[in-house]
Amino acid sequence: MLELRDIAIRQDDFSLSADLSLEQGGRFAVIGASGSGKSTLLSLIGGFLAPDSGRILWQGQDITGVPPGDRPISTLFQHHNLFPHLTVKQNIGMGLRPDLRLNRYQTTRVSQVIDQVGLTGTGDRRPAALSGGQQSRVALARVLLRARPVLLLDEPFAALGPALKAEMLVLLADIADSTQATVLMVTHDPQDARVFSPKTILVEDGRAHPPRDTGPLLDDPPPGLRAYLG
Amino acid sequence: MAARLRGVIAGRIVAAGLGALILGTLAAVAWQAGGLSGLGEWDWRAVRFTIWQAALSATLSAALAVPVARALARRRFRGRGLLVTLLGAPFILPVIVAIMGLISVFGRNGALNEGLRILGLPEIGIYGWQGVILAHVFFNLPLSVRLLLQGWQAIPSERFRLASSLGFAPADIARHLERPMLRAALPGVWLAVFLVCLTSFTVALALGGGPRATTVELAIYQAFRFDFDLGRAATLGLVQIALCIAALMVARWIAIPAAFGAGMDERQGPTGPRGWRVAADAAVIALAAGFLLWPLVAVMVVGVPRLPALQADIWWAAGRSVVMAVISALLAVTLCLTLALTIARGAGRWIEAAGMLPLIASPLVLGTGLFILLRDLASPQQMALPVTVAINAAMALPFGLQALIPAARSLQDDYGQLAASLDLRGWARLRYLTLPRLVRPLGFAGGLAAALAMGDLGVITLFASDQPTLPLKLYQLMNSYRMADAAGAAVLLMALSFGLFWVFDKGGRLDA
Repeated sequence: MLELRDIAIRQDDFSLSADLSLEQGGRFAVIGASGSGKSTLLSLIGGFLAPDSGRILWQGQDITGVPPGDRPISTLFQHHNLFPHLTVKQNIGMGLRPDLRLNRYQTTRVSQVIDQVGLTGTGDRRPAALSGGQQSRVALARVLLRARPVLLLDEPFAALGPALKAEMLVLLADIADSTQATVLMVTHDPQDARVFSPKTILVEDGRAHPPRDTGPLLDDPPPGLRAYLG
Repeated sequence: MAARLRGVIAGRIVAAGLGALILGTLAAVAWQAGGLSGLGEWDWRAVRFTIWQAALSATLSAALAVPVARALARRRFRGRGLLVTLLGAPFILPVIVAIMGLISVFGRNGALNEGLRILGLPEIGIYGWQGVILAHVFFNLPLSVRLLLQGWQAIPSERFRLASSLGFAPADIARHLERPMLRAALPGVWLAVFLVCLTSFTVALALGGGPRATTVELAIYQAFRFDFDLGRAATLGLVQIALCIAALMVARWIAIPAAFGAGMDERQGPTGPRGWRVAADAAVIALAAGFLLWPLVAVMVVGVPRLPALQADIWWAAGRSVVMAVISALLAVTLCLTLALTIARGAGRWIEAAGMLPLIASPLVLGTGLFILLRDLASPQQMALPVTVAINAAMALPFGLQALIPAARSLQDDYGQLAASLDLRGWARLRYLTLPRLVRPLGFAGGLAAALAMGDLGVITLFASDQPTLPLKLYQLMNSYRMADAAGAAVLLMALSFGLFWVFDKGGRLDA
């Protein structure tokens, strides 16, 4: 279980608090107006921001002061998920060993996940030679290989067209199922939340509210969210 | 976290070391100084001349740059791109080579005086204040043109199209489009040139001197080298630093545009007016190109055929200079990278300030300070080469940092979180992220540092080593009137300076 106990952070005139318990293997959409603190919430969990107070626990262990790379977490950002000067294989291999000194087994695993995400034959290409969808697959392949039990996604498919985005969400759901990962996905699109996440965390009024069932929340949103969704 | 901490600590150590080098030598100079009362009339005259020549050089360079930049901005012709690129060359051209070229053209036996003699007109002299000003304009006119050209290119082309649709005459364009840009850009250009000329040493050493053309830097050299009056050298060093700090304080109020390095692209600019102005622009461009290229061509015409006959000691000096320049460049790049990465991670502003400290300390002040600090440990001859390498590396840091800090910041912004989430740190981070992404600015910074070190004739003159560098050897050849050998050495020095810049810069552009 991932727990955020009385987490609070203040930056200039912005503040966010959270007190959440997220069960293992759950999929959660994170939704809220622009500037409400969705990305800040993910940055706190990912270890890119330190809270002013409170603790973050994974399976009962305090990970509040643990560096990002040592947390049981993989993160997919909105941009810059791939190193443009490295090949597909190297970008994915970094998920196993950042120094890329892979043994034979690890090299085989890289090839396997490349096949698994439908990128067979592209291993030696660089990101610039791939389409947007293929680049997303490379990032997902690395997540698959890292097999961390928590996955944070900060609108990683926002730049993709609707069909491609739907395809990626299916692939992401497969990966989440196969790794039993707890997934938090920031999205602006209520349809994504409905398709992917049974539960949704609403970030509003400086607070990340406990998860609620996605369908009822979006069918009858509170006034602030209603104004945002239109 | 530990690796990140190590990186930040390394940056702080470098910054503190740099601070100690600059401020420690400054403290040594201050400790040795007998106070400002130690300055005589000769020294105060040097202070006044330094400010006067820097102001006049800056005024002439900026004023002459206006018609040249305007002509280049509004005309398109074959070779324009090459000419604009060449305008960046004086930044890495060894000063002593340029002086050699200027003497070939404007000296007593130069082509210009030959022409004047034929016409029965009085000759012009290059030695004295006029030579110092001429050399400074030679170096800084191209810099000013590049800076102003940026200003012209920053005027949206839609404005020129609108002006043309409204039937603007050239005077209207000048009034409504060009003058507002010039009002904003010219103070920065003037100040940039003023700062460069304030610390002028080699030009004053070769063309100036005497009571009417001695700069503070030259006075430091004379106090140290001829009078061995350390107290006076130290006081003059403090005066030089005070002048630089005062100029930099003014610079904080006026934005100095940055322009050195690669050529500017040929963005579609305004269509220039027709008629006599076409010929006027062509004449302005031809005069500027001639002023820039003629001295260099004059050196090459004499020097290239002389190359095979150069004596062994010149080749040894060349080899020594290349080794020193490469070590200096590698040292500068390592220090720059460490500082830039620490700055990009949001470390204190004092680290950035430490990196810019060499701007206030001239090489001669640093050399004087190091001599005072180390004189009990080694002889000046033993100190000459390592001190020159270290000072050249330090002096290149502000320029290297200017290229590296923005790139390091965007690297941190774009990939810092991803690298942290992947636990990419230490050697792996350097190899797979930092070096591949920063190799271009690193190559450029290394090229700049190598070329500046290769052509430097500053601190080495203080120690008058029996193992001269190529610039010092060239200066010695000129002083002994072996002008053909000097021309050959000048061609060699020019080729090595540009060659080193090219090798480093090209190395940074190879596909990572």
